[in-house]
Amino acid sequence: MSPEEAASKLQGQFPNARRTDFRDESTLELPLDQIESACKFAKEQVGFNFLTDLSSVDNFGDEPRFEVVYELYSLDSNIHLRLKTRVSEDHCELPSVVHLWATANWHEREVYDMMGIRFSSHPDLRRILMWEGYPYFPLRKDFPLEGKPSEMPDVAFSEPAPLAGGPFVTLPSSGHVEDREPRARHAQDL
Amino acid sequence: MATIAPTAYDSKVEGNIIFSQLDACINWMRKNSLWPMPMGLACCAIEMMAAACARFDIARFGAEVMRFSPRQSDVMIVAGTVTYKMALAVKRIYDQMPEPKWVIAMGACASSGGMYRSYAVLQGIDHLLPVDVYVSGCPPRPEALLEGLMKLQRKIQLEKSTSDQKKERSLILS
Repeated sequence: MSPEEAASKLQGQFPNARRTDFRDESTLELPLDQIESACKFAKEQVGFNFLTDLSSVDNFGDEPRFEVVYELYSLDSNIHLRLKTRVSEDHCELPSVVHLWATANWHEREVYDMMGIRFSSHPDLRRILMWEGYPYFPLRKDFPLEGKPSEMPDVAFSEPAPLAGGPFVTLPSSGHVEDREPRARHAQDL
Repeated sequence: MATIAPTAYDSKVEGNIIFSQLDACINWMRKNSLWPMPMGLACCAIEMMAAACARFDIARFGAEVMRFSPRQSDVMIVAGTVTYKMALAVKRIYDQMPEPKWVIAMGACASSGGMYRSYAVLQGIDHLLPVDVYVSGCPPRPEALLEGLMKLQRKIQLEKSTSDQKKERSLILS
């Protein structure tokens, strides 16, 4: 089976899916209420038996704000398929796929930890990198790079890091080494 | 039968007696048997292991006994990036080390946070522990760690260990 055939098969079952083909990669964007059944169909009927990655994107300023991305892979026919769904900030929750692919457990915990997107029916939705009780979701676009102060007695604390004039940024340019070497640059100066 | 008469002066012992100060003796013993608590948190730990291996051989300075129990260690080598999640664990291990104790901050991350100016990384272990020696480098070469250890040895040699001990004792009693 080719990736295009697999995508068409899914599209036949879920006509609401918006399909994008780019450089031999197929992406299907599904409505939030269909993503779980689409994953189930992809695994059981199309043969995507391996979840390579589950990640999220913060499109700050857009509505719905977040995007959750599922990278599926079929180890039998060696094809890849990408599923996407949008999640709004007000209702930051979507169904878990741990019952389909056990590897989704830690991926979903990471998405929850970094973005604050909750997964209903997840068996163990705790933070995975930051400590339990940390009040922020650090990979959101409105979270500053230097961090925010927090205090959790006997567990951990955090303080903003000194950025000394902005993050160090390398400019892609063919100019002189001095122009493109890493320097403290503010986002508005780029 | 000949008997050996007891004498007040034994010429054979004379060469084995050294006069010194108690401070100097204690410091000499302390500085030449610094048992490290290896707090390996990132890539610096690899260089620390290299310093312990045959080529660089930290044993030449009496610090080869890497103690993975804080109760038996004298110097904590904080080698690597200290995240906020790890910071209080490092502090707790330091608190379990018996006095006298010293801390070496090995590498840029342990000294200042290094390149990690971010929400997750403690900006230098000296926010939590009293650091005696900072070793620069990212990561420092084993020679640099040995240099830091020698600096610490020089520092220990100058300590007033007996009077400091009295001070600590009075602090505990008060």
